[in-house]
Amino acid sequence: MANTQALCTSFMSELMLGQHQLGASTITSRTSLTSPTTDTVKAALFLATATLNASTTAYSATGEVSGTNYVAGGVTVTNAVAPTSTNSSTTAGVAYWTPSASIAYTTVTLSTSFDTVLLYNSTQSNKAISVHTFTAQTVVAGTFTILMPSNTTAAALIRFSTT
Amino acid sequence: MLITTTNGDMEESLLEKLEGTVDNDNELITWVEYRYEGELVHRSAKVVLKKAVSPFVEVASLG
Repeated sequence: MANTQALCTSFMSELMLGQHQLGASTITSRTSLTSPTTDTVKAALFLATATLNASTTAYSATGEVSGTNYVAGGVTVTNAVAPTSTNSSTTAGVAYWTPSASIAYTTVTLSTSFDTVLLYNSTQSNKAISVHTFTAQTVVAGTFTILMPSNTTAAALIRFSTT
Repeated sequence: MLITTTNGDMEESLLEKLEGTVDNDNELITWVEYRYEGELVHRSAKVVLKKAVSPFVEVASLG
């Protein structure tokens, strides 16, 4: 037998589940310490002129789209499948998570070009999760839908990996 | 089929329909537009994101 240095793959998915707390942190109560509720994830659209990136720490309405039937803050993301992880070797693995349904903005008019969706945790002070960009779009009395990739180690929307 | 437009619901047969796609490494977008007498009255789009947010995580060696 030999030991192998590695970050434990399960740790990565457990981070997404909030099961480790390596420092003092202020969070909104999840009702129970032993059986906490799931935080609400929301998705907001941002104009092509906005400046969201890796340094974005929380949702802000600055640069967000506006228009008929679009509510500031965006829509709630369907999240029925918890983060999980899989090992690919003794040193490597992937933790991953994907919203469990498409994100849809229905019968909206968004006349100014937008190219970004921000996923954020609306339960925990709107803390930012991820920024996803695409070719700029407008919508006129229509529906804007973001279809999710497969929730797999190779395709999931958010993946933490070690090699 | 009725199409939701800026003029209310309209019969699709009255409208000019345009469809298109954007397919690159990052996304696949399909869009549909309807025009009435040259005016854009409906546009919808679907985006399939291809690239995950996938940070590499590393553990430092001791010593």
